[in-house]
Amino acid sequence: MSAPAGSPHPAASTRIPPKLGGAAVSGAAAGPGPAPHQQNGPAQNQMQVPPGYGLHPQNYNVPSGHYSQGPGKTTSLPLDSQSGGYYSGVYTIPTQNVVTPNTANQQSGAQQIYGRGPPAPHIVGSTPGYFQGAASSSSHLHTSASQPYSSFVNHYNSPAMYSANSPAVSQGFPSTCGHYAVSTVSNAAYPSVSYPSLPAGDPYGQQMFTSQNASTIRSVRENSFSGQNTAVSHPSPLPPPPSQQYHQQLSLSGYSPLSWSASGLPSTQDNLIRNHSGSLATANNNPNAVAESSSCPVMQTVQPPESSPVVSTVVSGASSARAPPTANHLVETVASVTQPSELLQQKGMQYGDYVNNQASSAPTPLSSTSDDEEEEEDEEAGVDSSSTTSSASPMPNSYDALEGGSYPDMLSSSASSPAPDPAPESDPAPAPVPAVPQPSKTTKPFGYGYPTLQPGYQNAAAPLSSGVQPSSPVYSGFQPYAQYPGMNQLSSSFGGLSLQSSAQPESLRPVNLTQERNILPMTPVWAPVPNLNLDLKKLNCSPDSFRCTLTNIPQSQVLLNKAKLPLGLLLHPFRDLTQLPVITSNTIVRCRSCRTYINPFVSFIDQRRWKCNLCYRVNDVPEEFMYNPLTRSYGEPHKRPEVQNSTVEFIASSDYMLRPPQPAVYLFVLDVSHNAVEAGYLTILCQSLSENLDKLPGDSRTRIGFVTFDSTIHFYNLQEGLSQPQMLIVSDIDDVFLPTPDSLLVNLYESKELIKDLLNALPNMFINTRETHSALGPALQAAFKLMSPTGGRVSVFQTQLPSLGAGLLQSREDPNQRSSTKVVQHLGPATDFYKKLALDCSGQQTAVDLFLLSSQYSDLASLACMSKYSAGCIYYYPSFHYTHNPSQAEKLQKDLKRYLTRKIGFEAVMRIRCTKGLSMHTFHGNFFVRSTDLLSLANINPDAGFAVQLSIEESLTDTSLVCFQTALLYTSSKGERRIRVHTLCLPVVSSLADVYAGVDVQAAICLLANMAVDRSISSSLSDARDALVNAVVDSLSAYGSTVLNVQHSALIAPTSLKLFPLYVLALLKQKAFRTGTSTRLDDRVYAMCQIKCQPLVHLMKMIHPNLYRIDRLTDEGAIHVNDRVVPQPPLQKLSAEKLTREGAFLMDCGSAFYIWVGKSCDNNFIEDVLGYPNFASIPQKMAHLPELDTLSSERARSFVTWLRDSRPLSPILHVVKDESPAKTEFFQHLIEDRTEAAFSYYEFLLHIQQQICK
Amino acid sequence: MEAVVFVFSLLDCCALIFLSVYFIITLSDLECDYINARSCCSKLNKWVIPELIGHTVVTVLMLVSLHWFIFLLNLPVATWNVYRFIMVPSGNMGVFDPTEIHNRGQLKSHMKEAMIKLGFHLLCFFMYLYSGSRCPG
Repeated sequence: MSAPAGSPHPAASTRIPPKLGGAAVSGAAAGPGPAPHQQNGPAQNQMQVPPGYGLHPQNYNVPSGHYSQGPGKTTSLPLDSQSGGYYSGVYTIPTQNVVTPNTANQQSGAQQIYGRGPPAPHIVGSTPGYFQGAASSSSHLHTSASQPYSSFVNHYNSPAMYSANSPAVSQGFPSTCGHYAVSTVSNAAYPSVSYPSLPAGDPYGQQMFTSQNASTIRSVRENSFSGQNTAVSHPSPLPPPPSQQYHQQLSLSGYSPLSWSASGLPSTQDNLIRNHSGSLATANNNPNAVAESSSCPVMQTVQPPESSPVVSTVVSGASSARAPPTANHLVETVASVTQPSELLQQKGMQYGDYVNNQASSAPTPLSSTSDDEEEEEDEEAGVDSSSTTSSASPMPNSYDALEGGSYPDMLSSSASSPAPDPAPESDPAPAPVPAVPQPSKTTKPFGYGYPTLQPGYQNAAAPLSSGVQPSSPVYSGFQPYAQYPGMNQLSSSFGGLSLQSSAQPESLRPVNLTQERNILPMTPVWAPVPNLNLDLKKLNCSPDSFRCTLTNIPQSQVLLNKAKLPLGLLLHPFRDLTQLPVITSNTIVRCRSCRTYINPFVSFIDQRRWKCNLCYRVNDVPEEFMYNPLTRSYGEPHKRPEVQNSTVEFIASSDYMLRPPQPAVYLFVLDVSHNAVEAGYLTILCQSLSENLDKLPGDSRTRIGFVTFDSTIHFYNLQEGLSQPQMLIVSDIDDVFLPTPDSLLVNLYESKELIKDLLNALPNMFINTRETHSALGPALQAAFKLMSPTGGRVSVFQTQLPSLGAGLLQSREDPNQRSSTKVVQHLGPATDFYKKLALDCSGQQTAVDLFLLSSQYSDLASLACMSKYSAGCIYYYPSFHYTHNPSQAEKLQKDLKRYLTRKIGFEAVMRIRCTKGLSMHTFHGNFFVRSTDLLSLANINPDAGFAVQLSIEESLTDTSLVCFQTALLYTSSKGERRIRVHTLCLPVVSSLADVYAGVDVQAAICLLANMAVDRSISSSLSDARDALVNAVVDSLSAYGSTVLNVQHSALIAPTSLKLFPLYVLALLKQKAFRTGTSTRLDDRVYAMCQIKCQPLVHLMKMIHPNLYRIDRLTDEGAIHVNDRVVPQPPLQKLSAEKLTREGAFLMDCGSAFYIWVGKSCDNNFIEDVLGYPNFASIPQKMAHLPELDTLSSERARSFVTWLRDSRPLSPILHVVKDESPAKTEFFQHLIEDRTEAAFSYYEFLLHIQQQICK
Repeated sequence: MEAVVFVFSLLDCCALIFLSVYFIITLSDLECDYINARSCCSKLNKWVIPELIGHTVVTVLMLVSLHWFIFLLNLPVATWNVYRFIMVPSGNMGVFDPTEIHNRGQLKSHMKEAMIKLGFHLLCFFMYLYSGSRCPG
C-alpha cells in the first residue's frame, strides 16, 4: 500500500517497500494502504505499525520530523483523536495486513517507510534531531535517512532502527511489548476495522494522518516518537483506513524521509517530513495527494495542514517520494531481493514510535508500544557516501534489502490483500517471512512476522516469528538464550580445538622452496580464514577491514619468540562498505570497566548479564537492549544487530562529543610561485574543483576557503554579497595575521558564485609572476590560524622547496649518492617545524593533506611530517608538468576527483582494544598517538590503512579465543557523530605448528614493511634490509628446527609461508628499500610514506605487482560484473622468462598499469586491441586502450576496467613497447629476475639457505 | 673549602632528585593517560637541559676538587646525558618526542632511565652527606 504511494520517490519507494514488507510483519495492513500513506502518512503508519515494532521505526522518522512539527500539529489537529483511531486502526491494520500479506509486506512496509526518510533524516538528524533526544532522535533521523525505510520496515524487522528507537524503547519497551501484544491483539480484534480502512485504499489518508500524527507526536514531546504515535492515534478516527494507512504510511514515511532529507532543515524537516508526506504531496505531489485524498479523504484533510508547512522544506523530497509510489513497489520488489542478501539491512525498529503511539493511542489500544530501536544498515554509508560516493545507490541497496524483502511481499500482499488483511493476521507470518532471509532465522517457534528484518540480520530472522507478535510481550521468555550461550560460549571453548585436525594439513604441508619452480599461485592470494567454529567464522570481521599476521595467536610471548614471526594487526577501518548495520540506540552497550563495545563474541551468562570478551568482566544487559527491534521480540539480547555483526556503526549521542559536531571545512593552500605556474597544476585543480564543488561531502554548513602563496600570502575574501572575490595580500611572513578572519572561510552554498569566479580566475591570475620564492611555512601557519576555530581539512599544493620564512628547507640530496649501496641519508625530517605544526593542527582537529608536484628535490621527508602527524594523506607527482607529462596530469586529475568526493570523517579518534594479556606497542600510519591506545585522527578517509604491533604480556593459557576491537569515533560530513566498530576474533594455540599453520603471509609482509620503514629512519636503510632478510632466515630456520625436527639441507617452508621469501625479495627491490639502483630521495621517501599509510590490499600490489598475459584472453573462468564479462587470466610470475615476444602482458602495480607488447606480438592483437596496424606503428607514449568494436578489445578493456574499479585511485595505463626506453620502468618490477645490484629469486633462496645453515 | 663543595653538591643533588621524581611522575601520568603525549613531552623537554647542566656541573666540580672516585662515579651518567641530548634526530622535538614516545616501548625505557637516575642521585646524596660531614671544619 504505502509502497505504491512511496513510489513517487524511487529510492524512497524502494526502501519503503521493504519497510512495508516489514510493516507487513508488524501489520501486514501497511501493504494495503501503501501508496496513499507514503507521504506523511508513511511515517505515521510506520509508527503505527510499530505498535508493534513497526511503529518504532516510524517513530524514528517521525520523531525527527514530527518533533519539530509534531507538537503544533498534534494540538491543533483533530487528527490526534483521529490518530488515536488510526493508531489503533493502523496497528490493527498492519497486523491485519500482515496477516493477509502475511508476508513481508507488513513488516517491511512500516519500516521501509522510514528508509525513505533517510535522506531527509540526515538533515533532520542534524538539526531537528537535536530537539528531542538529540542523539536518539537525530540518530533516528539519520538512520531513517540512510536506512529510513529499513528502519520502518525493520521496526518490525527490527534490524534497521534499533538504536534510534531506543529512546523510545527505553520507555516503551515494556509498553511496546505490550503494544505489540496489543497491536497484534488489536490487529486481530481490530482487524475488521482496519480492513475497512484498507479497502478504502485510504492509505494516503492514513498516511496523512500519520504525518499529522507525527507532528502531534512531536508536540507530545521528545517522545516525538510517541508523539508520532499519537499522531498515529489521531488517525484513529480513521481507523479503518489506518491499516492501510499504516502500510501507506510506511511507504509514505519512507517517502517522508526523503522529503526530510530534501528539506534538510531538521525542525522544519520534521514537520516537513510528516508533512511531506502530506504537504509534500500537496506541493509536489498534488497529484499524489489527490490520489491519496481520493483514496482517503481523511488523509487529505490532514495533509493540508501539515503539508503546507512541510511542503516548503520537504517539497522536493516529498514530490519525489510521491512519484515513487509506484516505483516503490517496484523497488520494493527489488529491495526484497536485496534484502536477503543483506542481512544487515534490518531496519531498526521503532519502538519509540510505538510507545508514543501507545501513549497517544492509549485511548486506543494500539498506541502502546514505544521503544524501538532502529538499525540501519549501510545507509549511513550510503548517506555518507552520498557525500563522497554515490550515496544514492548505496542507500537504495540497504533500503532495498531492508525493505525489499518485505516490500515485495507487501506489494503482493497489499495488492491482493487489501480486503483480506483482516483474516491474514494469524497467517501473516508465513508469507512475508518466507521472502528471503527469514528462513534461516526463523528458528523461533513463534513467528514469522518479522521475517523481513531477519533477512538482514540473521538474528532477526529467528526472532521474527510472526506468531510471536501476540506473544511479543512474552518474547523475553523466548528461547534465544539457550542458543546464545551455546553459540558464544561453545564457540569460544571450541575455538582453539579444531585447528589441528583440519587446517594444518594444507597450510603446514612442507614445501621445498628451491625445488618449487612455480611458487606463485595462478589465482590471487586470499587471506587465510581463522580456524574457528562455523558460527564464529560467519560472524568474524572481514579480512578487508581487519587482519592479523597470525590467525592463530600463540599462547605466550615465549612461543611467539620461538616462531620468529611478527605479530600485529592491519586495519582498514574506514573503507567504503556496501553494507553496514547502523544502530541508533539510546544507550550504546559497553563493558563497564574496559569500555569495549558489545560484540558478537561476548558471552551471555543469562538473559540479564553478559561477559566482556576482552576483560572478562560481567556486565548487566540494559533493559533497552533486551528488546530486539529486528525481531520485535523481547528478551533476546543476543539477537540484536550489535551481537550479530562484527562490523557495526553506532550513531553516537552527545556523550561522545566534546563540542557540537563540526561542519565540513575545506581550505586550499596553493603555491603560485613561478615554478607552480610553470607546472600548470592550477588549471587542473580549479577545473576539478569547480566540477566537484557540489559533490564535496558536507551539509548546508560546509565552508570553503582559499589561500595562495609565493613570497607573500594571499587571502581571498569570498563573503556573500561581494561582486567579485577580493584578494588580500599579507607580506609580513614573519608574523602572519589574518586580515579578515570572518570572511575567508565562507559557506559553500551562500558564496558559490564567488567561489566559481575565483576558480575561473585563479589559473590566470599569476601567469606573469616572476616570484620564485615559496613561503610555505608562513602559509601553513596562516592556514592553521584560519582553521583552528573549527577544524577540517587543509589541502596543500606545493611545487618546490620552501625557501622563505619559518620552515624553510635546504636541499639535502646528493645526486651522486642516488645509487649508492651504502648509506642513504636524510630519510628523516630536517626540521621539527612541520611536525610541530602538524601536532598543533591535530590538536585543533585539522588535517593537512599534501600534494607535492615537483620536478626537483623538495625534501618530502620534511614536508611529509605535516601530513603524517595530522592524519592527512600525501600525494606525490614527480616531474609534474601539465603538457610535458600528460600521464601525471591525468593522474592528478583522477586522484583529485576521488580526493574531493570521497567520504570523510572529521575530529576522529580511533581506539584499539585487545583481550587482556595482549598489548599494543607500536602504531603505523598517519595519526598522532595521544595516549597508549588512542589514535587521534583529525580526518579519516576511506583510503587510510593502519598497522599495529602486538606483544603478549601475559600468558593466554586460560583462554581459547582472543579478540581485537577497533572503535573509530568520527563526525560524518553531515554533522553526525558516529562510531564504527570492528571486532576480530582469533583462536589461541599452544603449539608452534599451529602458529605456523595460521600465518597470514601478506599481512606479515605489510607489517614487516612498516617496521622496516621505521628502522630505516631511526637507524639506517641497510639495517632495515638486513632485518628483512633476517625475518625470513629466522622464521624458516625456526620452522625447520622445531616443527620439522629434521635438519634438511633443503630449504623447507610450510605452505602458509611459501611466499614469504618471494615477498621479502620484492620488498628489498621496492623503491623504498632498494639499493644500487638509482633512486631519487623523494621517490624513496614517498614509497615509504605509502607503505605506512596504504591499506593492505593496495600495499600488496605495490610490493608484488600482478602480471597477466592479455593477448589471448578467453572467457574461461570469467566472472560477470554488472552485465560485463570479465576474463580472469592466470597470474604469471614476475620474471622475464614468462615474457614472450609473441605476447602482450599487463602488469598491475597498484598505482600504474603497464602493458608490455612483445616485438613479434600477434598483429591481430595489435590491431584489434591497440588499434594500430602493426608493432612498428604503436606510438611510444600511449595511455589508453581505444574502444574498438572487437571481441578481444572488449575483453581487454573490461578486464582493465575491472582492475581499475577495485581501487580508489585510478591508475594510469602505460603501453610499453619492447625496445622502448620506457621498458626499464616495466622491467624493474620483474622482481624474480636478477639485476645488477640484487639477487634473483633463486639466488635469494640460496642466500637464505646459506644463512640458515650457518 | 671542602665543605663548600659538598654543600653545593648536596643542594645540586637534591634538585636532581626532585627532577627525577618529577620525570617519573610525569611519565607515569602519561602512562595512565592523565595527560597527553604532547604536554607531557613539552614539560619534560624543558627540564632536559637543566638536568644536564646540573649534573655536569657537579661532575666537573668533583674533578676540579680532585675527588676522583666521585668523579668517576658521575662520569658515565653525565656522558649518557650528553650523548642522549646530542643524538636527538634533527626532526624530533627533543629527547622526548610526542610522536614516538608511545612507540617501541620508548615510554618504558624512559621510565626505567628515570628510575635508575633517581637511585643514582639518592646514592650520591648520601655520599655527599657523608663526605661533607667528614670534612674538617
